[in-house]
Amino acid sequence: MSNLVILPILLPLLTGIFLVFFNSKLPLVRMITKVMVIINLIAVSAIAYEVVQNGTMVLKAGDWTVPYGIVLVADPLAMVLVVTANIVATACAFYAFHSLDEQRERFYFYPLFQLLIAGVSGAFLTGDLFNLFVFFEVLLIASYGLIVLGGTKEQFRESFKYIIINLFSSILFVTTVSFLYAVVGTVNMAQLAERVGEVEQGGILTTIAILLLVVFATKGALFPLYFWLPKSYTVPPTVISALFGALLTKVGVYSILRVFSLIFVYDLTFTHQLFIILAAFTLIFGVVGALSTNNIQLIVAYNIIPAVGYMILGIGVFSATALAGSVYYLVHDMIIKAALFLLVGAMAAYSGTSDLRKMGGLIKHQPVLGWLFFIAALALAGLPPFSGFVGKLLILRGAFEEGHYTVAVIGLLTSLLILISIIKIFIKGFWGEDKLEKVPNISIRNKIMPAAFLLFFTVLLGIGAEFFYPTVQSIGDQIIDPINYIDSVMKE
Amino acid sequence: MQRSNDLILKTTTTIIVFIIMGFSIYLFFAGHNAPGGGFIGGLMTSGALVLLYVSYGFKTMERVIRFDFKNFIPIGLLIAVLTGVGSFFFGQPFLSHTDAYFELPILGHTHLATAILFDLGVYFTVVGVTMTIILNIAADEGEEELSKQNM
Repeated sequence: MSNLVILPILLPLLTGIFLVFFNSKLPLVRMITKVMVIINLIAVSAIAYEVVQNGTMVLKAGDWTVPYGIVLVADPLAMVLVVTANIVATACAFYAFHSLDEQRERFYFYPLFQLLIAGVSGAFLTGDLFNLFVFFEVLLIASYGLIVLGGTKEQFRESFKYIIINLFSSILFVTTVSFLYAVVGTVNMAQLAERVGEVEQGGILTTIAILLLVVFATKGALFPLYFWLPKSYTVPPTVISALFGALLTKVGVYSILRVFSLIFVYDLTFTHQLFIILAAFTLIFGVVGALSTNNIQLIVAYNIIPAVGYMILGIGVFSATALAGSVYYLVHDMIIKAALFLLVGAMAAYSGTSDLRKMGGLIKHQPVLGWLFFIAALALAGLPPFSGFVGKLLILRGAFEEGHYTVAVIGLLTSLLILISIIKIFIKGFWGEDKLEKVPNISIRNKIMPAAFLLFFTVLLGIGAEFFYPTVQSIGDQIIDPINYIDSVMKE
Repeated sequence: MQRSNDLILKTTTTIIVFIIMGFSIYLFFAGHNAPGGGFIGGLMTSGALVLLYVSYGFKTMERVIRFDFKNFIPIGLLIAVLTGVGSFFFGQPFLSHTDAYFELPILGHTHLATAILFDLGVYFTVVGVTMTIILNIAADEGEEELSKQNM
């Protein structure tokens, strides 16, 4: 039944509402969260399996016919991302029980967490540009609450910048949607895709496309608009950084992917050429940032930016191979960024500092953490047995096939620099002389487990690439030829 | 600080609050066929409540209104979401609404729609959010004064 499509949004939303009622009973809240994230993960996986097997599911909210009502579209691309987001959410929820102080948990961490998941799932599933804006706001307002939760001085300073920049891009989003509505006369994505070719307003539509690009580039941290990201992602507690790093920028990337493969595909030479240039700069500047600092959390936060660069490169190249690569890399990056943030958080909690120069010899005390981090570092850089390899390979192969040699070489070199930036943490933090003054008497086993859970999926996606590849390839084919998407929305 | 005697303010407030409340409820029910609805109705109700707080003061109102406005937010959200979920039981897509005409004892031939339940959710959420914001900011001010007095 088509009502299944609403479940990934409805379950976390209802859970979040119920958690507000029980807010004073913390053990109960934790238990409900634990049970509900798992139920949600199972439900979402079941729906995704159904969608991949039987094709796109469409829910017309309120039973209104398509261009007039709101549609939720669960196509394979959206469902794959929703499942990944829920895997990350599950790991983060279990990490939160053991890392957050009680004060923060009492001030509505779990309801905000659930609303964030509802917003992210909604943004992936919606088939309507204005509803995309609404779900963006749902997840952003939840993230405003989370980023300032706890109220330390740094959090106030960074959250102010974060809120201002996001508010500005949201205003621009609404303005752009109104421009598009004035030109085309609809906000339904499938109908937009049909009409954009018909209205013959090339110039103004390209302008609107670029405005939308500015909006999503701000949310997704693309080259000139990434400056707000690194600091504001490192000031909140680890688990919130992990959620932000894994989910929020990826929603921006997904929006670019969706909008520029479905709606604005009539002037590829301009828009997608621009993507490739932006991707090149994003790759370079992101990795330079990651190399520039000794703060382990900041290194991971800066590494979000080149990853976004790879995905945008895949979208810019715009061949089925490169788009499949972007999707694979998107899934990989959501998981690996969450895992890295959690591992780095465990490191910082154990050694009591996040400054790399004050660390050393952790491998003697925490061998499991060390080797897990090593795996995560290799996966991030894209070494063969792990998931990062497949995505990068597809993107770069696509780039070489389409003749974008310069940017492909930049991509390869950036991989090397990413490896240097991340393995620096391993070499300086885990090897070398023991700089711990006294062995801290804290167990971080509970913090390692969620990260290990995420790394399991990294390894699975890497080793089982043979198994996942056909699905991803078919998603890539569907993105480049959106007739399937348009038909499944418009026909009913 | 000696509190001045605002007899006129308090007397007019008691009368006007009823008028504003009545108007807010009218707006809430008028929403389907005339300007109005849950949002403006909720704001109007909050306006009446704020007027009460302004003229009678925080402490008196705390004794009169004993429930926490914060709870209005999840209650409202729950009502709104559950009206959407309700359509599941009739095999309809999420958020489907229905309506019918009834012969009610006093009102006569009346058009009742389930959309009003969704509006009720909006109404509660708006009242909850507005009152939570205003009362929390007001409470902050009070704390500061309290700490000044203690110094």
